Amino acid sequence: MYAQSIKSTGRAVQSLEDMSAEDREFQERIDRGEKIEPKDYMPEAYRKNLIRQIGQHAHSEIVGQLPEGNWITRAPTLERKANLLAKVQDEAGHGLYLYCAAETLGVSRDELFEMLHNGRMKYSSIFNYPTLTWADMGAVGWLVDGAAIMNQVPLQRTSYGPYARSMVRICKEESFHQRQGFHIMIAMAKKGNADQKRMAQDALNRFWYPSLMMFGPSDKDSVHSAQSMAWKIKMNSNDELRQKFVDETVPQAQYLGLSIPDENLKWNEATEHYDFTGPDWSEFDDVLAGNGPCNTDRLETRKKAWADGAWVREGMMAHAEKKAIAAKKAQHKMATG
Amino acid sequence: MTETKEWPLWEIFIRGQHGMSHRHVGSLHAPDAERAIKNARDVYTRRNEGTSIWVVEASAISASSPSDKGPLYEPSTDKVYRHPTFYKLPDEAGNM
Ligand SMILES: [Fe+2]
Ligand SMILES: [Fe+2]
Repeated sequence: MYAQSIKSTGRAVQSLEDMSAEDREFQERIDRGEKIEPKDYMPEAYRKNLIRQIGQHAHSEIVGQLPEGNWITRAPTLERKANLLAKVQDEAGHGLYLYCAAETLGVSRDELFEMLHNGRMKYSSIFNYPTLTWADMGAVGWLVDGAAIMNQVPLQRTSYGPYARSMVRICKEESFHQRQGFHIMIAMAKKGNADQKRMAQDALNRFWYPSLMMFGPSDKDSVHSAQSMAWKIKMNSNDELRQKFVDETVPQAQYLGLSIPDENLKWNEATEHYDFTGPDWSEFDDVLAGNGPCNTDRLETRKKAWADGAWVREGMMAHAEKKAIAAKKAQHKMATG
Repeated sequence: MTETKEWPLWEIFIRGQHGMSHRHVGSLHAPDAERAIKNARDVYTRRNEGTSIWVVEASAISASSPSDKGPLYEPSTDKVYRHPTFYKLPDEAGNM
Protein backbone atom coordinates (compact mmCIF):
# COMPACT_ATOMS: atom_id res chain seq x y z
CA MET A 1 0.00 0.00 0.00
CA TYR A 2 1.84 3.15 1.03
CA ALA A 3 4.58 0.59 1.55
CA GLN A 4 3.61 -1.56 -1.38
CA SER A 5 7.00 -2.81 -2.53
CA ILE A 6 8.34 -4.35 0.63
CA LYS A 7 10.41 -7.40 -0.03
CA SER A 8 11.25 -9.12 3.21
CA THR A 9 13.93 -11.67 3.83
CA GLY A 10 12.37 -14.17 1.47
CA ARG A 11 12.93 -16.90 4.01
CA ALA A 12 9.96 -18.91 5.16
CA VAL A 13 8.56 -18.07 8.58
CA GLN A 14 10.51 -19.94 11.23
CA SER A 15 8.60 -22.17 13.59
CA LEU A 16 8.85 -21.35 17.28
CA GLU A 17 10.91 -24.51 17.87
CA ASP A 18 13.54 -23.44 15.35
CA MET A 19 14.02 -19.99 16.85
CA SER A 20 16.69 -18.89 19.28
CA ALA A 21 15.42 -18.38 22.81
CA GLU A 22 15.45 -14.60 22.35
CA ASP A 23 13.56 -14.74 19.07
CA ARG A 24 11.02 -17.14 20.49
CA GLU A 25 10.34 -14.89 23.43
CA PHE A 26 10.01 -11.97 21.02
CA GLN A 27 7.53 -13.83 18.80
CA GLU A 28 5.53 -14.94 21.82
CA ARG A 29 5.25 -11.35 22.99
CA ILE A 30 3.84 -10.42 19.60
CA ASP A 31 1.47 -13.38 19.63
CA ARG A 32 0.18 -12.23 23.01
CA GLY A 33 -0.54 -8.80 21.49
CA GLU A 34 2.20 -6.98 23.41
CA LYS A 35 3.80 -3.91 21.84
CA ILE A 36 7.49 -3.88 21.05
CA GLU A 37 9.16 -0.65 22.20
CA PRO A 38 12.39 0.89 20.86
CA LYS A 39 14.70 -0.39 23.61
CA ASP A 40 13.24 -3.91 23.65
CA TYR A 41 14.97 -6.85 22.03
CA MET A 42 14.03 -7.33 18.38
CA PRO A 43 15.48 -9.53 15.62
CA GLU A 44 17.61 -7.59 13.15
CA ALA A 45 15.31 -8.56 10.26
CA TYR A 46 12.27 -7.15 12.09
CA ARG A 47 14.10 -3.86 12.60
CA LYS A 48 15.28 -3.68 8.99
CA ASN A 49 11.87 -4.52 7.56
CA LEU A 50 10.20 -1.94 9.74
CA ILE A 51 12.65 0.77 8.69
CA ARG A 52 11.86 0.04 5.06
CA GLN A 53 8.13 -0.13 5.62
CA ILE A 54 7.81 2.95 7.82
CA GLY A 55 10.27 4.80 5.60
CA GLN A 56 8.26 4.07 2.46
CA HIS A 57 5.14 5.08 4.27
CA ALA A 58 6.72 8.37 5.39
CA HIS A 59 8.05 9.10 1.91
CA SER A 60 4.59 8.49 0.46
CA GLU A 61 3.08 11.04 2.83
CA ILE A 62 5.43 13.81 1.78
CA VAL A 63 5.67 13.00 -1.93
CA GLY A 64 1.89 12.67 -1.79
CA GLN A 65 1.71 16.38 -1.04
CA LEU A 66 3.00 17.23 -4.51
CA PRO A 67 0.08 16.22 -6.76
CA GLU A 68 -2.30 18.12 -4.48
CA GLY A 69 -0.01 21.05 -3.74
CA ASN A 70 -0.20 21.68 -7.45
CA TRP A 71 -3.87 22.72 -7.04
CA ILE A 72 -3.73 24.89 -3.91
CA THR A 73 -3.30 28.08 -5.90
CA ARG A 74 -5.83 26.90 -8.47
CA ALA A 75 -8.69 25.88 -6.16
CA PRO A 76 -12.05 27.17 -7.42
CA THR A 77 -13.11 28.91 -4.17
CA LEU A 78 -11.42 30.30 -1.09
CA GLU A 79 -13.11 27.64 1.03
CA ARG A 80 -11.83 24.79 -1.15
CA LYS A 81 -8.40 26.35 -1.07
CA ALA A 82 -8.40 26.45 2.75
CA ASN A 83 -9.63 22.83 2.88
CA LEU A 84 -6.94 21.60 0.52
CA LEU A 85 -4.23 23.57 2.28
CA ALA A 86 -5.24 22.01 5.61
CA LYS A 87 -5.20 18.53 4.08
CA VAL A 88 -1.79 18.96 2.49
CA GLN A 89 -0.46 20.36 5.78
CA ASP A 90 -1.79 17.25 7.55
CA GLU A 91 0.16 15.06 5.12
CA ALA A 92 3.39 16.85 6.07
CA GLY A 93 2.56 16.03 9.69
CA HIS A 94 1.92 12.38 8.79
CA GLY A 95 5.34 12.23 7.19
CA LEU A 96 6.86 13.73 10.32
CA TYR A 97 5.18 11.26 12.72
CA LEU A 98 6.38 8.38 10.58
CA TYR A 99 9.95 9.60 10.17
CA CYS A 100 10.12 9.97 13.96
CA ALA A 101 8.81 6.40 14.37
CA ALA A 102 11.50 5.15 11.97
CA GLU A 103 14.15 7.11 13.84
CA THR A 104 13.45 5.12 17.00
CA LEU A 105 14.82 2.12 15.07
CA GLY A 106 18.21 3.72 14.68
CA VAL A 107 18.08 5.46 11.30
CA SER A 108 18.24 9.25 11.00
CA ARG A 109 15.76 11.35 9.08
CA ASP A 110 18.52 12.72 6.87
CA GLU A 111 19.56 9.18 5.99
CA LEU A 112 15.99 8.35 5.02
CA PHE A 113 15.75 11.49 2.86
CA GLU A 114 19.03 10.57 1.26
CA MET A 115 17.70 7.11 0.36
CA LEU A 116 14.51 8.60 -1.05
CA HIS A 117 16.45 11.07 -3.14
CA ASN A 118 18.93 8.57 -4.54
CA GLY A 119 16.18 6.10 -5.38
CA ARG A 120 17.17 3.40 -2.90
CA MET A 121 13.84 3.79 -1.13
CA LYS A 122 10.43 4.00 -2.80
CA TYR A 123 7.15 5.78 -2.21
CA SER A 124 3.68 4.70 -3.31
CA SER A 125 3.20 4.29 -7.06
CA ILE A 126 -0.01 6.32 -6.91
CA PHE A 127 1.82 9.64 -6.62
CA ASN A 128 3.51 9.15 -9.96
CA TYR A 129 0.25 9.89 -11.76
CA PRO A 130 -0.56 13.47 -12.74
CA THR A 131 -3.46 15.53 -11.36
CA LEU A 132 -4.84 17.13 -14.49
CA THR A 133 -8.06 18.84 -13.43
CA TRP A 134 -9.75 20.07 -10.25
CA ALA A 135 -11.90 16.92 -10.26
CA ASP A 136 -8.69 15.00 -9.55
CA MET A 137 -8.61 16.65 -6.11
CA GLY A 138 -11.98 15.05 -5.49
CA ALA A 139 -10.86 11.67 -6.82
CA VAL A 140 -7.60 11.73 -4.86
CA GLY A 141 -9.31 12.50 -1.54
CA TRP A 142 -12.09 10.01 -2.16
CA LEU A 143 -10.08 7.11 -3.63
CA VAL A 144 -6.43 7.58 -2.66
CA ASP A 145 -7.03 8.70 0.92
CA GLY A 146 -9.86 6.16 1.05
CA ALA A 147 -7.47 3.35 0.11
CA ALA A 148 -4.86 4.69 2.54
CA ILE A 149 -7.36 4.69 5.40
CA MET A 150 -8.32 1.10 4.64
CA ASN A 151 -4.69 0.10 5.13
CA GLN A 152 -3.92 2.39 8.05
CA VAL A 153 -6.84 1.54 10.31
CA PRO A 154 -5.66 -2.04 10.98
CA LEU A 155 -2.07 -0.81 11.32
CA GLN A 156 -3.11 0.98 14.50
CA ARG A 157 -2.80 -2.51 16.04
CA THR A 158 0.65 -3.19 14.60
CA SER A 159 3.24 -4.71 16.95
CA TYR A 160 5.75 -1.85 16.98
CA GLY A 161 4.64 0.73 19.56
CA PRO A 162 5.87 3.97 17.94
CA TYR A 163 4.46 2.91 14.55
CA ALA A 164 1.09 1.97 16.05
CA ARG A 165 0.86 5.29 17.91
CA SER A 166 1.67 7.34 14.83
CA MET A 167 -1.05 5.40 12.99
CA VAL A 168 -3.57 6.34 15.66
CA ARG A 169 -2.83 10.03 15.15
CA ILE A 170 -2.86 9.68 11.39
CA CYS A 171 -6.18 7.85 11.29
CA LYS A 172 -7.76 10.52 13.46
CA GLU A 173 -6.76 13.16 10.92
CA GLU A 174 -7.33 11.11 7.80
CA SER A 175 -11.11 10.83 7.71
CA PHE A 176 -11.50 14.53 6.92
CA HIS A 177 -9.30 13.98 3.86
CA GLN A 178 -11.57 11.42 2.30
CA ARG A 179 -14.69 13.38 3.17
CA GLN A 180 -13.41 16.61 1.64
CA GLY A 181 -12.59 14.65 -1.53
CA PHE A 182 -16.03 13.11 -1.69
CA HIS A 183 -17.52 16.55 -1.05
CA ILE A 184 -15.74 17.83 -4.17
CA MET A 185 -17.05 14.83 -6.13
CA ILE A 186 -20.62 15.55 -5.00
CA ALA A 187 -20.29 19.17 -6.10
CA MET A 188 -19.06 18.13 -9.53
CA ALA A 189 -20.75 14.81 -10.27
CA LYS A 190 -24.13 15.34 -8.64
CA LYS A 191 -24.61 19.09 -8.56
CA GLY A 192 -22.36 20.15 -11.40
CA ASN A 193 -23.09 20.94 -15.04
CA ALA A 194 -22.43 18.55 -17.90
CA ASP A 195 -18.78 19.55 -18.20
CA GLN A 196 -18.16 19.11 -14.49
CA LYS A 197 -19.81 15.68 -14.56
CA ARG A 198 -17.58 14.69 -17.44
CA MET A 199 -14.51 15.88 -15.53
CA ALA A 200 -15.56 13.87 -12.47
CA GLN A 201 -16.03 10.72 -14.55
CA ASP A 202 -12.70 11.30 -16.26
CA ALA A 203 -10.94 11.63 -12.90
CA LEU A 204 -12.49 8.37 -11.69
CA ASN A 205 -11.47 6.66 -14.94
CA ARG A 206 -7.85 7.69 -14.52
CA PHE A 207 -7.53 7.04 -10.77
CA TRP A 208 -9.45 3.77 -10.46
CA TYR A 209 -6.78 1.25 -11.44
CA PRO A 210 -3.86 3.17 -9.89
CA SER A 211 -5.90 3.18 -6.65
CA LEU A 212 -6.34 -0.60 -6.84
CA MET A 213 -2.55 -0.88 -7.27
CA MET A 214 -2.05 0.92 -3.97
CA PHE A 215 -2.73 -2.33 -2.10
CA GLY A 216 0.29 -3.96 -3.70
CA PRO A 217 0.69 -7.14 -5.76
CA SER A 218 -1.79 -9.96 -5.63
CA ASP A 219 -1.38 -12.35 -2.68
CA LYS A 220 -0.27 -15.16 -4.96
CA ASP A 221 2.65 -12.96 -6.09
CA SER A 222 3.61 -11.54 -2.71
CA VAL A 223 5.17 -14.57 -1.12
CA HIS A 224 7.07 -12.44 1.36
CA SER A 225 4.16 -11.21 3.37
CA ALA A 226 3.86 -14.28 5.63
CA GLN A 227 6.75 -13.12 7.84
CA SER A 228 5.34 -9.59 8.04
CA MET A 229 1.98 -11.01 9.09
CA ALA A 230 3.63 -13.16 11.76
CA TRP A 231 5.38 -10.05 13.08
CA LYS A 232 2.13 -8.09 12.88
CA ILE A 233 3.65 -5.33 10.82
CA LYS A 234 1.18 -6.29 8.12
CA MET A 235 -2.32 -6.99 9.35
CA ASN A 236 -4.29 -8.00 6.24
CA SER A 237 -3.41 -9.50 2.89
CA ASN A 238 -3.24 -7.22 -0.15
CA ASP A 239 -6.16 -8.90 -1.93
CA GLU A 240 -8.31 -8.82 1.18
CA LEU A 241 -7.93 -5.03 1.51
CA ARG A 242 -8.35 -4.47 -2.23
CA GLN A 243 -11.64 -6.39 -2.16
CA LYS A 244 -12.82 -4.39 0.83
CA PHE A 245 -11.97 -1.18 -1.00
CA VAL A 246 -13.93 -2.21 -4.11
CA ASP A 247 -16.92 -3.32 -2.05
CA GLU A 248 -17.06 0.00 -0.22
CA THR A 249 -16.32 2.24 -3.19
CA VAL A 250 -18.76 0.87 -5.78
CA PRO A 251 -21.91 2.03 -3.92
CA GLN A 252 -20.28 5.46 -3.42
CA ALA A 253 -19.70 5.75 -7.17
CA GLN A 254 -23.31 4.72 -7.76
CA TYR A 255 -24.45 7.43 -5.38
CA LEU A 256 -22.42 9.95 -7.39
CA GLY A 257 -23.93 8.67 -10.63
CA LEU A 258 -20.48 7.73 -11.92
CA SER A 259 -19.52 4.43 -13.47
CA ILE A 260 -16.48 2.39 -12.47
CA PRO A 261 -14.37 1.82 -15.60
CA ASP A 262 -14.62 -1.97 -15.44
CA GLU A 263 -16.94 -3.99 -17.68
CA ASN A 264 -16.48 -7.07 -15.55
CA LEU A 265 -17.53 -5.42 -12.32
CA LYS A 266 -20.46 -7.44 -10.98
CA TRP A 267 -21.97 -8.26 -7.60
CA ASN A 268 -21.38 -11.91 -6.80
CA GLU A 269 -24.29 -13.38 -4.82
CA ALA A 270 -22.28 -16.41 -3.76
CA THR A 271 -19.25 -14.60 -2.34
CA GLU A 272 -21.19 -11.47 -1.36
CA HIS A 273 -18.42 -9.39 -2.87
CA TYR A 274 -17.94 -7.60 -6.16
CA ASP A 275 -16.07 -9.44 -8.91
CA PHE A 276 -13.74 -6.98 -10.60
CA THR A 277 -10.82 -6.68 -12.99
CA GLY A 278 -7.46 -6.35 -11.31
CA PRO A 279 -5.02 -3.67 -12.40
CA ASP A 280 -2.39 -4.14 -15.08
CA TRP A 281 0.56 -5.37 -13.02
CA SER A 282 3.10 -4.71 -15.74
CA GLU A 283 2.15 -1.03 -15.50
CA PHE A 284 2.58 -1.24 -11.72
CA ASP A 285 6.07 -2.73 -12.05
CA ASP A 286 6.94 -0.11 -14.61
CA VAL A 287 5.84 2.78 -12.38
CA LEU A 288 7.75 1.35 -9.42
CA ALA A 289 10.81 0.97 -11.63
CA GLY A 290 10.69 4.71 -12.22
CA ASN A 291 8.87 4.90 -15.53
CA GLY A 292 5.51 6.32 -14.45
CA PRO A 293 4.25 9.58 -15.95
CA CYS A 294 5.55 11.75 -13.09
CA ASN A 295 8.40 9.83 -11.39
CA THR A 296 11.15 12.15 -12.60
CA ASP A 297 9.17 15.26 -11.86
CA ARG A 298 8.27 14.19 -8.31
CA LEU A 299 11.82 13.22 -7.37
CA GLU A 300 13.31 16.37 -8.90
CA THR A 301 10.83 18.52 -6.96
CA ARG A 302 11.74 16.73 -3.72
CA LYS A 303 15.47 17.05 -4.30
CA LYS A 304 15.18 20.70 -5.24
CA ALA A 305 13.11 21.51 -2.14
CA TRP A 306 15.70 19.74 0.04
CA ALA A 307 18.64 21.51 -1.61
CA ASP A 308 16.92 24.92 -1.64
CA GLY A 309 16.12 24.59 2.05
CA ALA A 310 19.69 23.76 3.07
CA TRP A 311 20.69 27.36 3.83
CA VAL A 312 17.63 27.76 6.06
CA ARG A 313 18.44 24.61 8.02
CA GLU A 314 22.09 25.62 8.35
CA GLY A 315 21.29 29.23 9.21
CA MET A 316 18.80 28.34 11.93
CA MET A 317 21.18 25.83 13.47
CA ALA A 318 24.04 28.36 13.47
CA HIS A 319 21.75 30.97 15.04
CA ALA A 320 20.62 28.53 17.74
CA GLU A 321 24.22 27.63 18.54
CA LYS A 322 25.21 31.28 18.76
CA LYS A 323 22.30 32.02 21.07
CA ALA A 324 23.21 29.07 23.29
CA ILE A 325 26.80 30.30 23.62
CA ALA A 326 25.64 33.83 24.43
CA ALA A 327 23.24 32.52 27.07
CA LYS A 328 26.02 30.46 28.66
CA LYS A 329 28.32 33.50 28.75
CA ALA A 330 25.64 35.64 30.37
CA GLN A 331 25.04 32.93 32.96
CA HIS A 332 28.72 32.70 33.72
CA LYS A 333 28.94 36.45 34.15
CA MET A 334 26.03 36.42 36.59
CA ALA A 335 27.57 33.58 38.58
CA THR A 336 30.98 35.18 38.84
CA GLY A 337 29.55 38.66 39.35
CA MET B 1 24.44 19.06 -1.60
CA THR B 2 26.34 20.31 1.46
CA GLU B 3 26.46 18.18 4.59
CA THR B 4 24.23 19.93 7.09
CA LYS B 5 24.23 19.02 10.73
CA GLU B 6 20.83 17.53 11.52
CA TRP B 7 18.65 19.51 13.90
CA PRO B 8 18.40 17.84 17.30
CA LEU B 9 15.39 15.72 18.21
CA TRP B 10 12.89 17.01 20.78
CA GLU B 11 10.28 15.05 22.68
CA ILE B 12 6.96 16.85 22.91
CA PHE B 13 4.61 16.79 25.90
CA ILE B 14 1.19 18.40 25.77
CA ARG B 15 -1.41 19.21 28.38
CA GLY B 16 -4.63 18.34 26.61
CA GLN B 17 -7.01 19.99 29.03
CA HIS B 18 -6.85 22.10 32.16
CA GLY B 19 -6.28 19.88 35.16
CA MET B 20 -4.58 17.07 33.25
CA SER B 21 -0.86 16.31 33.26
CA HIS B 22 1.34 16.77 30.22
CA ARG B 23 1.44 13.65 28.07
CA HIS B 24 4.05 12.55 25.55
CA VAL B 25 2.59 12.98 22.06
CA GLY B 26 5.59 12.49 19.79
CA SER B 27 8.81 14.09 18.69
CA LEU B 28 10.19 16.50 16.11
CA HIS B 29 13.40 18.13 14.98
CA ALA B 30 14.18 21.77 15.75
CA PRO B 31 17.32 23.90 16.12
CA ASP B 32 16.37 25.10 19.62
CA ALA B 33 13.68 24.96 22.29
CA GLU B 34 11.90 28.06 21.10
CA ARG B 35 11.54 26.65 17.58
CA ALA B 36 10.61 23.25 18.97
CA ILE B 37 7.65 24.81 20.76
CA LYS B 38 6.54 26.64 17.62
CA ASN B 39 6.86 23.47 15.53
CA ALA B 40 5.03 21.46 18.19
CA ARG B 41 2.19 23.92 18.02
CA ASP B 42 1.96 23.44 14.24
CA VAL B 43 2.33 19.69 14.27
CA TYR B 44 0.59 18.51 17.43
CA THR B 45 -2.08 21.09 18.30
CA ARG B 46 -3.75 21.94 14.99
CA ARG B 47 -7.09 20.70 16.27
CA ASN B 48 -7.29 22.21 19.74
CA GLU B 49 -5.40 19.34 21.31
CA GLY B 50 -3.50 21.38 23.83
CA THR B 51 -3.38 24.14 26.40
CA SER B 52 0.33 23.91 27.21
CA ILE B 53 3.46 22.50 25.57
CA TRP B 54 6.68 21.13 27.06
CA VAL B 55 9.66 20.31 24.88
CA VAL B 56 12.67 18.30 26.06
CA GLU B 57 15.73 17.53 24.01
CA ALA B 58 15.61 13.77 23.47
CA SER B 59 19.27 13.34 24.42
CA ALA B 60 18.52 14.82 27.86
CA ILE B 61 16.08 12.07 28.78
CA SER B 62 17.28 9.17 30.89
CA ALA B 63 15.18 6.02 30.64
CA SER B 64 14.96 2.76 32.50
CA SER B 65 16.08 -0.17 30.40
CA PRO B 66 13.84 -3.12 29.52
CA SER B 67 16.21 -5.56 31.25
CA ASP B 68 15.59 -3.71 34.52
CA LYS B 69 11.92 -4.60 34.31
CA GLY B 70 12.26 -7.40 36.84
CA PRO B 71 14.34 -5.66 39.50
CA LEU B 72 12.35 -2.41 39.10
CA TYR B 73 8.78 -3.63 39.20
CA GLU B 74 8.70 -7.11 40.67
CA PRO B 75 9.26 -6.01 44.29
CA SER B 76 5.88 -4.27 44.17
CA THR B 77 3.96 -7.38 43.12
CA ASP B 78 4.39 -8.96 46.59
CA LYS B 79 3.26 -5.82 48.37
CA VAL B 80 -0.44 -6.30 47.91
CA TYR B 81 -1.02 -4.38 51.14
CA ARG B 82 -0.41 -1.24 49.10
CA HIS B 83 -3.86 -1.72 47.62
CA PRO B 84 -7.05 -0.85 49.50
CA THR B 85 -8.66 -4.21 48.71
CA PHE B 86 -6.03 -5.96 50.91
CA TYR B 87 -7.86 -4.78 54.00
CA LYS B 88 -11.08 -6.72 54.61
CA LEU B 89 -13.40 -4.60 56.69
CA PRO B 90 -16.77 -5.63 58.17
CA ASP B 91 -19.87 -4.42 56.28
CA GLU B 92 -20.93 -2.53 59.40
CA ALA B 93 -18.00 -0.15 58.83
CA GLY B 94 -19.77 1.20 55.77
CA ASN B 95 -18.08 2.53 52.67
CA MET B 96 -14.42 3.27 53.23
FE1 LIG C 1 -1.72 10.91 5.20
FE1 LIG D 1 -4.53 11.88 3.74
